Amino acid sequence: MTTNEIHERLRAQFGDAVGPLSEPKVDPFATVQAARIVEVCRWLKDTPGVEIDFCEDLTAVDWPKRNAIEIVYHLFSYKHRHGIVLKVEADRAKPVVPTLEGVWKAANWMEREVYDLFGVTFSGHPDLRRVMLPDDWVGHPLRKDYQEAGGFHGIPNLRENPLVELRRLDEVRLAEEAKRNPPPPPPAPAAPKAPAAAPPAASGGGAPPAPQNPPPAPKA
Amino acid sequence: MPSKFSFAFPRPNTRRILFFSSLAAVFVIPVALFGLLVVYLPFIQKDVFFTFVRETLHRDPDSWAGTQWLYGAALLVAGLLLFTFASVSGGIFSWYERRVAGRIQSRIGPNRVGAGGFFQWVADAVKLLFKEDLVPAEADSLLFRAAPYFVVAGMTLTLVALPFGQSVIVADLNVGIFYILAVTSLIVVGILLSGWSSNSKWALFGGMRSAAQVISYEVPSGLAIMTPVLMAGTLSMQGIIRAQGGWPWQWFISRNPAAFVAFFILFISQLAEANRTPFDLPEAESELVAGYMSEYSGFRFALYFLVEWANLWIISAIAVSLFLGGWQVPGLEDQDWAALRGAGSFPPVAWWFWQLLSVGVFAAKTMVLVTVVIWIRWTLPRIRVDQMMNLCWKYLVPAGFGAMLFTLLWQIAVSKARIVQDISGGVLFVLFVYAVFRFFVLTRKNISRVVGDRVDLTNW
Amino acid sequence: MSKLVLRRIDRNNEEMLVNFGPQHPSTHGVLNFLVETDGEVMRRAIPDIGYLHRSLEKIGEIVGYPGYMPYTDRIDYLAAMFANEGYAIAVEKLIKVEVPKRAQYLRAISCELNRIASHLVSIGTMATDIGAVTPLVYALREREAINDLIEALCGARLTYNYHRIGGVAFDMPEGWRDKVLHFLERFESLIQEWDRLITWNEIYLKRLGGVAVITREQAIDYGLVGPNLRGSGVDWDVRRDVPYGAYPDFKFDVPVGRGWAGTVGDAFDRYYVRVLEMAQSCRIARQALEKLPDGETMAKVPRRIKPEAGEVMSRVESARGELAYYVVSDGTERAYRVRARTGSFLAMGIIEDISSGLMIADLIALIASLDVVAPETDR
Repeated sequence: MTTNEIHERLRAQFGDAVGPLSEPKVDPFATVQAARIVEVCRWLKDTPGVEIDFCEDLTAVDWPKRNAIEIVYHLFSYKHRHGIVLKVEADRAKPVVPTLEGVWKAANWMEREVYDLFGVTFSGHPDLRRVMLPDDWVGHPLRKDYQEAGGFHGIPNLRENPLVELRRLDEVRLAEEAKRNPPPPPPAPAAPKAPAAAPPAASGGGAPPAPQNPPPAPKA
Repeated sequence: MPSKFSFAFPRPNTRRILFFSSLAAVFVIPVALFGLLVVYLPFIQKDVFFTFVRETLHRDPDSWAGTQWLYGAALLVAGLLLFTFASVSGGIFSWYERRVAGRIQSRIGPNRVGAGGFFQWVADAVKLLFKEDLVPAEADSLLFRAAPYFVVAGMTLTLVALPFGQSVIVADLNVGIFYILAVTSLIVVGILLSGWSSNSKWALFGGMRSAAQVISYEVPSGLAIMTPVLMAGTLSMQGIIRAQGGWPWQWFISRNPAAFVAFFILFISQLAEANRTPFDLPEAESELVAGYMSEYSGFRFALYFLVEWANLWIISAIAVSLFLGGWQVPGLEDQDWAALRGAGSFPPVAWWFWQLLSVGVFAAKTMVLVTVVIWIRWTLPRIRVDQMMNLCWKYLVPAGFGAMLFTLLWQIAVSKARIVQDISGGVLFVLFVYAVFRFFVLTRKNISRVVGDRVDLTNW
Repeated sequence: MSKLVLRRIDRNNEEMLVNFGPQHPSTHGVLNFLVETDGEVMRRAIPDIGYLHRSLEKIGEIVGYPGYMPYTDRIDYLAAMFANEGYAIAVEKLIKVEVPKRAQYLRAISCELNRIASHLVSIGTMATDIGAVTPLVYALREREAINDLIEALCGARLTYNYHRIGGVAFDMPEGWRDKVLHFLERFESLIQEWDRLITWNEIYLKRLGGVAVITREQAIDYGLVGPNLRGSGVDWDVRRDVPYGAYPDFKFDVPVGRGWAGTVGDAFDRYYVRVLEMAQSCRIARQALEKLPDGETMAKVPRRIKPEAGEVMSRVESARGELAYYVVSDGTERAYRVRARTGSFLAMGIIEDISSGLMIADLIALIASLDVVAPETDR
């Protein structure tokens, strides 16, 4: 059965609860009313000839412009090798959608993930808690308006640019060393020809001080 | 002209020094250890010792009070020697195991520290000595510290009753094998203590599993030991070995079909007691990190491993003594040994050479079994706890009983007609040789079927 | 640790709540399990994931379409070619570009080599978890050869970034074909050696046979894919049943679990299906190398990829099962939503329900047989 045929049968069964099939850009989908989604899916699973037994994907897309979060269901049937994509629109301010855990067990963890990352509550879910993020995380990251909290339990989530940071640390270290062992004052220049002993090269940064050449023996 | 100061210390060729020193150590260490044992231990046998007291110290050994003290001191020195032997051989076996494991896994094994990686165990021991000695805050401090010593005591006490050669044994107890069985149980105490006192759930799991395993496998072990004891008529280790002969068809394993079965029962049970794969659940690295040892660090940790490797020697030595003829040199009977000893009170110097030969025979047989144990470890996966208990109680124990019963009847038959023993010896020996031959043929066939390492896998 | 979990512990019985991980030599990646057990038999094992969450799906909305390709490697770094391919196929559908034949063949070859490498790690670590360390070293030895071959092809040993939107990045170097054929010839005899060493070992059969049985209905209901699904007896392979790329040109079998160690759907079936799949991958790679057509390795793709608004779902048969990409585009240069539905994530979902009554050693066998890897569960 093609997607169109499944959609027609859904329309025949559920009427207006199932929206029209969108244009295929690239995959077509149909929007279903949130209240009827469990019935629809159970019908899809149990009806002979349709028998959709594999909940391939259950995810969400956040549309702040439309003030909705779309829950997307990709459904497939191993037996008949056909599938359909359904969507449920949930209000962005308080997204609540009935759970499909009773229909396909695969929905259990995927709904937990949607709850974790989008904040959508699935009513009737036996164990709705965060799956990937820690239990005391604040916020739902995959929403478009998510702002990072700037740290978690005191662990910062920003750090200095290492190039800048290492240079700064090097300068601090050299300053401390200079304070502890003050460098000898440079000797007064002896003969015009004798090259002045070069002060130890201290390039700002991480280069180690250049080894001192022993001063040349004074020419007679 | 500016003069340049240049004074270069002659740099020693470290590589060559290391190579030759490790080569030397490979030979010198075992020779020294065994040599010490061979030379010293026969001296403290009761008869030689008494002769020494009588003739060199000019005192009557039976009535002199100092005999006991002197004997005690001599035994203490022997114990110390043996402990050194166990520790060093534990280290050397760790090297041997790692090299053998490397070759089984088509890689090299340790090869950096010394030639062939021979000093790796020294490096590891020194490293562990330098580590911080952690005692977990919540752990029971006294028991935590004491637990490794129970394990070490269990190992050392066993060693004093093992017969290394014809007269090379610290204490030839007349209840030798019974004593050995009893004393290896100290290791269980140590394991349980360490598991419990670590105050960690994982350590506790490991300790309890291990205790259950070791205690369960003592039963088939004991049953399997009954067979050679019945065949020899004595519990003494030297007595059991003397009842066998030097040639393979004179060993207990061939003399009695039930003993053949009992050997395997004993071998499996001893593997389980020593916590070796396939029975290494208590240290199952992939499940419990390190089981009962997980809270230990530094040298206490090293002690457990030391005991594990020294245990390799002990379990092989027990199996060799009971079933494979021990130190019996092929061709030398009891009367030959007596003749070599001579009638004099002190044995002649040549006698020590024969002792060395018997120790060599014993060591060779034990090393073969040690290699088999290592081979098994790196080939087989691990058995689950309930399967292991199943194996012990439902298969090994009934088989052990069966072997013992069979031996009882067999001994009656043998006492009526000694020829039965020799027939069995001949038949089983021939079967064994055939099995070894088939094994090699099959191995060659397997190897030739696989293309193996003959492909150039050098980087593009 | 979740508050819900704490409440459920029965303090009257002698039950402990033990943490299995996240640092553990056995678990595959950084995973944690909260195990309620009385010492040996578990009441339940609750998976606790998230230690490797790198917000890859959010990153997909920030970097452009071509820029996301190296990130797809990290979705499953052991089978990175498939992740690359799935994403490339999804975007190619969006921008309606057809991949040249030669590129499709090269994709198939690189993917099959990667499948072999991934399965080697899987079965090697499984053997190690069960206690036999030697098979892992053999498996890694072979995998080194594959790593070298793929390094010659695309420059990387683990995270390849080889496929591009519209084709593949590089053509194969000279002489590579012969080296791969040489390797495949040698590798097929390794599978026999492997079987003789560990697969039919009595102890291995006892450890895995009948352990953690997942029935056909359970496998489909819980959404298991790949060797997990096939191990439970479902004859489904995306390469054969919903073919993509060059796979319609190849002849290969799909191994399905038959209860070799007693029960269909036990840990041994899932394990042995992987071993047999390696042999089939050799077959596919050989066919692909022999029939390799000439041509371009990359289609003409605009420099800035700006598909029209729409959404697409693509599926590839990764080493760990069906890897599905759901890409939503809103007409700009950046994707609106990129979603990677991985097989390991759903496999974690079944562990809690299957684990009651298992022993701890069986939990290890279960996790290893499901071939769960942390990057796929957490993304």
